[in-house]
Amino acid sequence: MIVTIFDILIAGLLMGGIYALIAVGLSLQYGVARVLNIAHGEFIMIGAFITWALYSAFKISPLLCVTISGPLVFVIGFVLYRALFARLRTTSPSPAVFEGKSMLACFGILFIAQNLAILIWGADIKGYSYLAFPIEFWGAKFPANRLITLGFAVAFGSAFYLFLARTRMGKAIRAAAQDPAAAGLMGVNISRVLAFCFGLGALMAGLGGTLLSMSYQIQATMGLEYTMIALIVIVLGGLGSIPGSFIGGFLLGLVGSIVTYVQPGLSLVAYYVIFMLLLLAKPTGILGR
Amino acid sequence: MDIPKLISSKRFVLGFLFILLVVLTTLPLYAARYSIVLLTTIFMYVVLTVSWTMFSGPTGYVSLAPAAFFGAGVYASALLGFVFPLPVIIVVGALSSACLALLVGALTLRLRGIYFVMFTFGLVELLLHFILWWEVTITGTTGRVVPTVGNTTVYYLMLTILVMVILTTYLIKHSRFGLALQSIGECEEAAAHTGVNVTALKIMTFAASAFFMGAAGAVMATRWTYIDPRIAFNPILSFLPVLMAIFGGMGQLFGPVIGAVIFTTLEEFLITRFPYYYMLIFGIIMVVAILYLPDGLVGLTQKLWNRISGAKYADP
Amino acid sequence: MPILECKEVSRYFGGLAALSRVNFHVEQGEVLGLIGPNGAGKTTLFNLMSAALKPQSGTIRFKDTDVKRLGPYKICRMGLARTFQTVRIFPNMTVLNHAILASYFGRSPGMSSPEALRSASETLEFVGLSTVKAIPAKDLTLANQKRLEVARALGTHPEILLLDEIMAGLNPAEVAQAMELVIRIRNKGITIIMIEHVMKAIMSLCDRIIVLHHGQKIAEGTPQEIATSEKVIKVYLGDKAHAGSK
Repeated sequence: MIVTIFDILIAGLLMGGIYALIAVGLSLQYGVARVLNIAHGEFIMIGAFITWALYSAFKISPLLCVTISGPLVFVIGFVLYRALFARLRTTSPSPAVFEGKSMLACFGILFIAQNLAILIWGADIKGYSYLAFPIEFWGAKFPANRLITLGFAVAFGSAFYLFLARTRMGKAIRAAAQDPAAAGLMGVNISRVLAFCFGLGALMAGLGGTLLSMSYQIQATMGLEYTMIALIVIVLGGLGSIPGSFIGGFLLGLVGSIVTYVQPGLSLVAYYVIFMLLLLAKPTGILGR
Repeated sequence: MDIPKLISSKRFVLGFLFILLVVLTTLPLYAARYSIVLLTTIFMYVVLTVSWTMFSGPTGYVSLAPAAFFGAGVYASALLGFVFPLPVIIVVGALSSACLALLVGALTLRLRGIYFVMFTFGLVELLLHFILWWEVTITGTTGRVVPTVGNTTVYYLMLTILVMVILTTYLIKHSRFGLALQSIGECEEAAAHTGVNVTALKIMTFAASAFFMGAAGAVMATRWTYIDPRIAFNPILSFLPVLMAIFGGMGQLFGPVIGAVIFTTLEEFLITRFPYYYMLIFGIIMVVAILYLPDGLVGLTQKLWNRISGAKYADP
Repeated sequence: MPILECKEVSRYFGGLAALSRVNFHVEQGEVLGLIGPNGAGKTTLFNLMSAALKPQSGTIRFKDTDVKRLGPYKICRMGLARTFQTVRIFPNMTVLNHAILASYFGRSPGMSSPEALRSASETLEFVGLSTVKAIPAKDLTLANQKRLEVARALGTHPEILLLDEIMAGLNPAEVAQAMELVIRIRNKGITIIMIEHVMKAIMSLCDRIIVLHHGQKIAEGTPQEIATSEKVIKVYLGDKAHAGSK
């Protein structure tokens, strides 16, 4: 009995790590760059497929693939911001209009990315096996790759926290998140910071995708579900709060694990129920302002 | 003869529409079967696009849920196809979509617009997962058969829904509620302070738009004959109406209509030759339209038209 | 019985007290001035009165009804209308339609189209915007936009009108026109509360003045009393010579 609870707990944390990672990415894009990136899941998918392709073709370890897929997805995000959203930002008459238009542009990107992936890699399910051997502790068995995923997510989260707190760019990001105009007046190169944030958010998604591909099967249409989860997590954590998204990710992972144990196939429904409860009771989320 | 003035006169437009309606109504008598089927699809997209514009146009609340409401109508057909006659099913489908919209609206439309967008974005996938789980776990069926009716019947049903939705949108737009919806879109706080019950109006209009989407879904189900949750709840049907409305232009009523006609014909043309390329192209068109066509094709044409005919401020 | 009264009203934003235990009342038909340095909480008070925000303690009673349970649209239908400090017109809507909207949704809902049109035209006539009635609001001058906000508020046939700095940004000629408009509104029997920094207007138009500072009411009285109050002078008016001009 105790073993089962422990099982569920750890499984929840393992999934929660990935949720936390991708949610922080989306929180950066929405909270700072003010782009509600509903194509976020497609960056996850791209990261996953690049890893799968590299592993299948050259047997490169996914953990090494991260050094390729990460920067690649970052560049895509950065360039996308500069080419598309920066221009929308200057031509939109108000922030509300910008938010609406950038969201719709992401809608377009969603279908571009998904169909590009189908054209390149096909629409069927793919997968590979890596470090799938079980590790046992305290009477429970867990695949090594999932444990590595959790470790990675936590490590990356901590590194990011330090980045935000200690580095110059990190401070610029925090300033831009609070008040872009004021930050600009203080000498922060706003357009570069916003593009950087967007790219960073994409990078986290790509990273999440790489980690996912180690343990789960992937498909060109996988993005939508993860975007939904990321959206729910950032609402749960509080819109605009990056630490909130991190914590929210783990919380939601736990919920998903419990629901999957009781009734598999209903986890997404459960997430939405939480979403609905939040909207009814506390839309600002746990740490929202 | 002042051509621009002639064309923009009300009588000309009404005459044109009347002739068009007569042509469309008598078409099944002499047109090829393929044309009827294609036109039915065009009608469906026009209904979805105009319904979407009914709410999201004036208020600026972007709903990403058309596929969910359409799917609810489809599923009504799937569940009740052999139990009730088609007209009843259409009404049931329409009403269940409207009720779903009332729920979603009551939940999200009292809050900031961003919650509405997020919630409607995931609604299609949510319904898909839920109904899939229900069909697998509780009812044990994964696909359902819908009784067929002839192509001509589907054509006329769709045409009727089309006329109704266009009429409804026109009447709302030119009524006090249309004015109020516009005020909500331009400055919601000021609208509330002018006595407009903002939340109630949003929810009711949202439900009205879902009503027609559900009706369309119930009708189209009969054409597909075999329905499973994945067929009924297809995210592409959320994307296409939004694209068509934005490309066509949301200022005037015929903007969405033109957008729908253009893209449906384009889709028909491309879907057989380049099935994955065409969605890619549509995605690119969406991005380009957002960047360079803020008022859509119709808005662009209107600007040029105003320059030609010399008008600046139209009569109120 | 006063038409509007505030008892011990407080409102906080985060840790900052925007309003702290404010007490006052307004009699029907009065013109009440609300002055104070920037950040004193004047617009916040208006927001509380129009039910755009809720007070965290204290009560606001309009026509002897507690405002707390109502939303802005209900307050409007009860007879309280307001303008905004930053002009909140409907940019793409014509001037006439602003007034028509107010007629349809204000204090007498259920008007027919011709009635609403007539009521709207009268409102525009009263305010002086009839000549520009077909123009989209975004194409108006600032002075006219401010006048449009007043027209929109008046179009709902209010009993009490809250004017938030309608003279800000206007040149002296426009200020004189605005003052004259306020007098005409008052002559119709409508109670007015006005926030203003233009001292000439406040002193000549108001029956009573309330002074806020750091969210607290620090003085209340006739223009003469306020102009000579040492407390107020120290906080706001700066110099005895500037105050009390007529």
